[in-house]
Amino acid sequence: MALLEARGIKKVFARLTALSGVDLTVADNEFHGLIGPNGSGKSTLMKCIAGAEMPTQGTIRFAGRDITAVPPAERARAGLSLKFQITSVLPALTVYDNMLLALQAQNPLSSLIFSRTRGPLHERVLHTLDQFRLAARAGDPAGALSHGQQQWLEIAMALASEPRLLLLDEPTAGMSLQERRLTGELLIPVKRRCSLVIVEHDLDFIRDICDVLTVLDQGNVLESGTVAQVQNSRTVQEVYLTRV
Amino acid sequence: MADPSTASPGYRSVPRPRRIPVIPIVELALLAVLAVLPLVLDDYLTIFVTRVLILALLALSFDLVWGYAGIMSFGQALFFGTAGFSVALLARDLGITSIFIVLPASLVTGLLVSLALGSFLLLGRHPPTTIFVALGTLTGSYAADRLARGWYYLGGQNGIPSIPAMTAGSYQFVEGPVYYYLAFATLLLVYLLCRFLVRSQFGLALAGMREQEARIAFFGYRVQQLKAIVFSLAGAIAGLAGGLYAFHEGFVWPNMLGVVLSTQIVLYALFGGVGTLIGAVIGVIAIEIVGFWLADNYQQEWPIILGLLLLLVILFRPTGLIGVLVSERERVGTFGRPPRTLSRAAAKGQHGTA
Repeated sequence: MALLEARGIKKVFARLTALSGVDLTVADNEFHGLIGPNGSGKSTLMKCIAGAEMPTQGTIRFAGRDITAVPPAERARAGLSLKFQITSVLPALTVYDNMLLALQAQNPLSSLIFSRTRGPLHERVLHTLDQFRLAARAGDPAGALSHGQQQWLEIAMALASEPRLLLLDEPTAGMSLQERRLTGELLIPVKRRCSLVIVEHDLDFIRDICDVLTVLDQGNVLESGTVAQVQNSRTVQEVYLTRV
Repeated sequence: MADPSTASPGYRSVPRPRRIPVIPIVELALLAVLAVLPLVLDDYLTIFVTRVLILALLALSFDLVWGYAGIMSFGQALFFGTAGFSVALLARDLGITSIFIVLPASLVTGLLVSLALGSFLLLGRHPPTTIFVALGTLTGSYAADRLARGWYYLGGQNGIPSIPAMTAGSYQFVEGPVYYYLAFATLLLVYLLCRFLVRSQFGLALAGMREQEARIAFFGYRVQQLKAIVFSLAGAIAGLAGGLYAFHEGFVWPNMLGVVLSTQIVLYALFGGVGTLIGAVIGVIAIEIVGFWLADNYQQEWPIILGLLLLLVILFRPTGLIGVLVSERERVGTFGRPPRTLSRAAAKGQHGTA
């Protein structure tokens, strides 16, 4: 059974129809790329899945459970994690505390009040920061990191809860070429741990790491299939050649 | 650039603020001064300072909700006043004045009222806006004030006069040095409790909530629950302050519930600096002392001078008086017990012997 099944997702903002009945299916350990021109509804779909927006119509099932009306915190606890498009690390907190904040999120309140999990989580904080090449910056405020490093910190934080599905909204936006390549390398080991839905403009990047692609255009699914299928699709080529 | 002090392999030690911490020094200095104050002051001044300490408790409760949980509460006086009235009624109608009953009763009253209001304002289907909560608490405070004014049982405009003294056995707590030390001990205890809480991992969750409320829900934090917990705790503290205040003054009146006091507390805390705990206490002490001095020397103009002073600090020092002394990094603070530098080998060794 699919890990995520979104059926007939429709989202209307006042007079603007951002999504008009989109289906999306993501299997376990699948890396699923969402592409499409600006305004095609990629970010809105991500937000609907994560719970940041409520779909006007349609159902979202995650791990066999209907989560259409479930608030974000409960979705996160069920194993869904989102990295926003806009960097939203907590700039005044240290990199270490940002990571701890993400790792301790689902600990019981009593253990937070008595700070019981900080010791046990210490090694994990450092290990995760190490994986994302941030260990040397552990003591600095997150706001002092470069843009690329902030994005890595965000991905690390989004992975902290050991989600079953990670949603990444434009993780490489504003990154240098070298940083993009590194981001790709950092994401490869993630594949063993969870599924991924990724919105990205960099087609080379997405081709390298994704198994399946879904192309959105004006709130509709234009094409969905393996990378090779989508690349050879005439309709997709038309949209990309004429509009991008 | 990577800081050499945190660079590998030194990063395995836990990051700490690099400058000498200022807050503990301010805390200790204030503690030392407050501890000896009644020994050097005349009794009438001791009574004045006791009142200041009780208000500091109320400001502390506001700092907890706004400075740490990001809830703009314009209704802290509601909990303060309700608790004050309840213990006044206990004393007047039931003759209960025992400290062991009235102080816990005031705390519980504050807790219950804030729990009820907090559930209504914070635990709705959708996360409330700051303005909604600010207006909701303001309305609560205003409505309670009006209700008390119109309710004969509560003494109407005049409130409840001549409350008997608080007792412990046959001992009576009257205003003066002993009451001062009672208020001081309560403030110290509550302060230490709040300090423990905001420097715990729970405090880290609050810091995250204050900065990026929408973001941390996606980690799985139940943000509205966290807010409701802090709101109720702050309500309990405000209630305790109300109980102390009622027996110190010997009477309660509707102003204790109202918008004026609620707003005053907001200004006190902003003046001293929110989000540090000590800032709120300093704010109350500074304003009350300046106000006292101004009232003595400029009998007509003092409210205007004080108002301007407040305005200037809030406009030009959004971090308040404490912001002059404390770095941003220290204001944010550290959370949880810093674990001793654990190398992996050492950790494994511990598991081996366990």
